[in-house]
Amino acid sequence: METFSVSSLTRYIKSLLEHDAVLGDVMVRGEISNFKRHYSGHCYFTLKDSESTLRAVMFKGRAQFLKFEPKDGLKVIAGGNISLYERDGQYQLYVEQLIPEGMGELSLAFAQLKDKLAAEGLFDESRKKKLPLLPHIVGVVTSPTGAALRDIITVAKRRHPGIQLILFPVQVQGTDAAAQISQAIEILNRRGQIDVLIVGRGGGSLEELWAFNEEKVVRAIAASDIPIVSAVGHQTDYTLSDFAADRRAATPSQAAEIVAPDVKELRRYIITLYNMLESHITSGIERRQARLNQCLESWIFERPERMLADKRLVVDGYVQRLEQALNQGLLAKRHKFNLATDKLSMLSPLAVLSRGYSITRSFEGQVIRRAADALLGQELEIMLAQGRLAVQVLRAEEAESREKESS
Amino acid sequence: MKKKVADKNPRDNSILNLCFEEGLEKLELVVKELERGDLPLEDALEKFSVGVMLSKICLTKLNAADRQIDKILREEKGQIVEYPLDLEEDD
Repeated sequence: METFSVSSLTRYIKSLLEHDAVLGDVMVRGEISNFKRHYSGHCYFTLKDSESTLRAVMFKGRAQFLKFEPKDGLKVIAGGNISLYERDGQYQLYVEQLIPEGMGELSLAFAQLKDKLAAEGLFDESRKKKLPLLPHIVGVVTSPTGAALRDIITVAKRRHPGIQLILFPVQVQGTDAAAQISQAIEILNRRGQIDVLIVGRGGGSLEELWAFNEEKVVRAIAASDIPIVSAVGHQTDYTLSDFAADRRAATPSQAAEIVAPDVKELRRYIITLYNMLESHITSGIERRQARLNQCLESWIFERPERMLADKRLVVDGYVQRLEQALNQGLLAKRHKFNLATDKLSMLSPLAVLSRGYSITRSFEGQVIRRAADALLGQELEIMLAQGRLAVQVLRAEEAESREKESS
Repeated sequence: MKKKVADKNPRDNSILNLCFEEGLEKLELVVKELERGDLPLEDALEKFSVGVMLSKICLTKLNAADRQIDKILREEKGQIVEYPLDLEEDD
């Protein structure tokens, strides 16, 4: 017989557990006890019933998405796989899903399908299509007899009288409902020309709304090329169809409001835009006109001669300075000239003559300075300040009688 | 100048082919551009005339309420047949 080490035997048992068809994916009903949330975020607890206990662990990666707080005494259904923790030699349930048991079967199915489809990305925001602002044709998938249809027609026509509705009547509850609804969505997609779809029904119990939680319907909604507004039940009812639809309406009436624009309001809006266009262009032109006027009102255009006036002042100034400069130069020169002529006149022999002196010369032009120079009877010329005299020497006396002669 | 005219016509056609939503978006854009007030006058005037045209087109599309007849689809012998939708009015 082969002898195992503890660890190799443990590993063997673990592999048996992990390869078991049932234990790999199992749902267990039990009551939580010894619940502990480790600081790491992992949850450790025990599931028990009247006779047995089962250790369980839920790792943070799953536990963080729990919508309720697990606690001791809570009856739950835990889904996951059984494996073995080698260090302790303990088998335990590795929990993937934890649902409070009070929810019932449908809620469980809801939660499971929701997780599955969410994982596929069917509910991703990025898949959501934009609804047309002004649809011409609206497809309606609902019961032909319910209040939902009447609500949709009334509201849609009130808001947009020109809108066309195409009803695809379906059963909205019962065994055929899901198949009919999903088929209707596909047929309307194939028909073409439809701008937007409303898929829904009025309020009802969870069971009555169930068709809208069925995978077939949810997938058909997600696969639709036409944008879909879901309208199932009342405010508080959420179905998986709502998650897959491009928009969720709380009620069928609200779906019609979302889909059909209020044409009067749109018309008012467009007219407002038109008025804004006009006022913007008018104010733009007025603004430019004002700028132009400002330019035209400038004195340059009103009194262009003023531009010259300034220049004229400048020129006048220069002329004045020029004249001043000229005058000053002239005065200085005249003064200088006067001084020079005064000086000159003082030196001039004529000036001496004017004081009563005279000059005696021979006719040959020789100046007679001494009486002895003149001959008796000689004719001489006497120059006076005014004119000249021709004289004859009558007597010549030397120095002492000179005054007499000159008088 | 000739080139401008040649550019203009196909664009005008494209405006006519816009769906309501695109037309409204363009109209809103034109209003915003004019609102900024920094366009050269010639461009502003051209935008204005485009805007006027867009608002007319949008209004026309809104008013195109040639009462459509609502329909109901029924399956008959494997075929989908469309009938006028006739709801008995209770009120």
